[in-house]
Amino acid sequence: MAKNEVTIEKKEKEEIVESLLTPGHKACTGCGLALAARTVMNTAGKDIIVTAATGCLEVFSTSYPHSAWKMPWIHSLFENSAAVAAGIEVALKALGREKEAKIIAQGGDGATADIGIGCLSGMFERGHNILYVCYDNEAYMNTGVQRSGLTPFEAWTSTSPSGKVSWGNPTEKKNMPAIAAAHGIPYVATASVAYLKDLEKKVKKALEIVGPKYLQIHAPCPLGWAHEPYDTIKVAKLAVQTGLIPIYEMENGVITSVRKITKKAPVEEYLKLQGRFKHLFKKPGFEKELERIQAMADATIKKFNLM
Amino acid sequence: MKADPKRVLTGAHYLDGDHAAAEGALAAGCTFVAGYPITPSTEVVERMAERFPRVGGVFIQMEDELGSMAAVVGAAWGGSKAMTVTSGPGFSLMMENIGLACMMEAPCVVVNVQRGGPSTGLPTLPGQADMMQAKWGSHGDYELIALSPNSPQECFWATIKAFNLSERFRVPVLVMMDECVGHMTEKVVIPEADQIELYPRRYTKLSPEEYLPFKTGKDLVPEMIKAGDGYKIHVTGLTHDERGYPVMTWEAQEKLVRRLIEKIRLFKDELVDVEEEQTDNADVVVVSYGISSRVSIPAIQKARKEGIKVGYLRLIIAWPFPEKKIYELAQKIKGFVVVEMNYGQMVLEVERATKGKTKTILVPHGGGWVHEPEDIYKAIKEAAK
Repeated sequence: MAKNEVTIEKKEKEEIVESLLTPGHKACTGCGLALAARTVMNTAGKDIIVTAATGCLEVFSTSYPHSAWKMPWIHSLFENSAAVAAGIEVALKALGREKEAKIIAQGGDGATADIGIGCLSGMFERGHNILYVCYDNEAYMNTGVQRSGLTPFEAWTSTSPSGKVSWGNPTEKKNMPAIAAAHGIPYVATASVAYLKDLEKKVKKALEIVGPKYLQIHAPCPLGWAHEPYDTIKVAKLAVQTGLIPIYEMENGVITSVRKITKKAPVEEYLKLQGRFKHLFKKPGFEKELERIQAMADATIKKFNLM
Repeated sequence: MKADPKRVLTGAHYLDGDHAAAEGALAAGCTFVAGYPITPSTEVVERMAERFPRVGGVFIQMEDELGSMAAVVGAAWGGSKAMTVTSGPGFSLMMENIGLACMMEAPCVVVNVQRGGPSTGLPTLPGQADMMQAKWGSHGDYELIALSPNSPQECFWATIKAFNLSERFRVPVLVMMDECVGHMTEKVVIPEADQIELYPRRYTKLSPEEYLPFKTGKDLVPEMIKAGDGYKIHVTGLTHDERGYPVMTWEAQEKLVRRLIEKIRLFKDELVDVEEEQTDNADVVVVSYGISSRVSIPAIQKARKEGIKVGYLRLIIAWPFPEKKIYELAQKIKGFVVVEMNYGQMVLEVERATKGKTKTILVPHGGGWVHEPEDIYKAIKEAAK
């Protein structure tokens, strides 16, 4: 028994050394974001330079006086991760050292779809050789769950509260992959923490392509979505299996692959696991709202030919 | 004009400064808030998102702080009493649009719950280092008004006062809180609506034919129109004449910019708002604002016990700066002690206002924590020499 424990400890130590986003950071139990970021980093390998917008990932991975990042890493501001990365990319070119490292710019959904969309658009337009990763946990979690452009329809957030006169967030999720693709960039993909092998494949593929790439990863947040921490993967899977979150790749503006739904689930199954949607099961008239959300899922399934 | 009872949460509450500011805005008749999440100010917009549907008004969460401040300018011209709320990095992003509000004379309120900077700095910890930015942050010459409350109760009143001053002078009025004041929870007493006096928007009585949007009377503040009432209106950030049309001449620039400055400077004495205690026979006067004023009190008490005559002067309105008040005191005392959570901002104004009549000692602090009263006490001893 004692011998076995030693072996486990040794194995864990080796993993700690290997992981480019080291354990010991301050993410909550069941954080989808931490899993996504670790997978992206470890797939990309050690020859990378990473920029990070302000957000939950930046905060939990760099709490004073530590850093969980084992590569050159810049926390920029909220809005400028893509622009700082563009500067790094151009500098490496100017030095003739662009083959030595891949550049990954990262941001959360707010940093990407709201405040940082201008800088991101410029990065796409100018054609920088950068992989931009948007970790999508569907709200500003770091500041206490305020809505973002990627918050889903009728989710409760602290700035889109549900109540007598409100069903929560009044707008639908902004279609960021389509906006990215409209720039004519070579590679756009969506992924989910429910399917890590798929995510790894996409990171590898993206980094082999020269030019701007956009990868949006759906990552549940137990705190902000109010689901059980042990349900993170279950929730992420249901988001895909209901059709609400389509998983696909676009190359040069054309959809080249989609993850088919293996067992279609009704949207209720996904929504009922999360406290942010609990008003959809209580408030008079909720059936109609659930029908609307189901119709949105069905439209997405049809649009992306997910079944 | 009295406040609308529907919008006033009369009673005794246990609130933090952020929530109290939100209630102040509602009582003042604010019907529009645009904001973007940023610690330590987010609680204000969260409360507005919750309260507006009950009492009337719209909160929109914008894509960033550029959008927030711009929406406030639009809403002010659209006929709303409008406000935005932010902290350091967001305040920096708002600067261009704050200048626009000054140039367009859009009455509005900006709450800045200051945190440690520069840049992202200390999101959850206090700072008072945006005080000069408040006055000089946007490019060009302009005047505006900035308040600095030091308790949740005062956050309530300061926000009402900010709305009233913004309507009277047609400028953006800044409420410069700090993280301590924003997040500290204390008793806040909200009176009956009939105890709250509001300054109504200065709408013109002139007909569309007679009205010129930037023509003024003696107080140099033009009258507004109600959107949709048939007035033809042209508003621009370019230098403009009384009609609001762009004029690219030095004469037009002189006339407009001078008026934007003078409309505040003419009323500087009236805009003095300080809390004073035992300054009459003082040898030393401690000047401070926000949370630093409260940290100064134990130091002042300790020095008084030792027989040093210490006065207390707190800036409630920081901009325009009460220079006459400071000069009057400067002629009578041995020295000022300025306590602020930065490496020297409002102290420069105190020094300027003394015109060399007395010495000024700064007790600086980089932010992230409050001063040690002991450091303030030592500075008082030094000043009393």
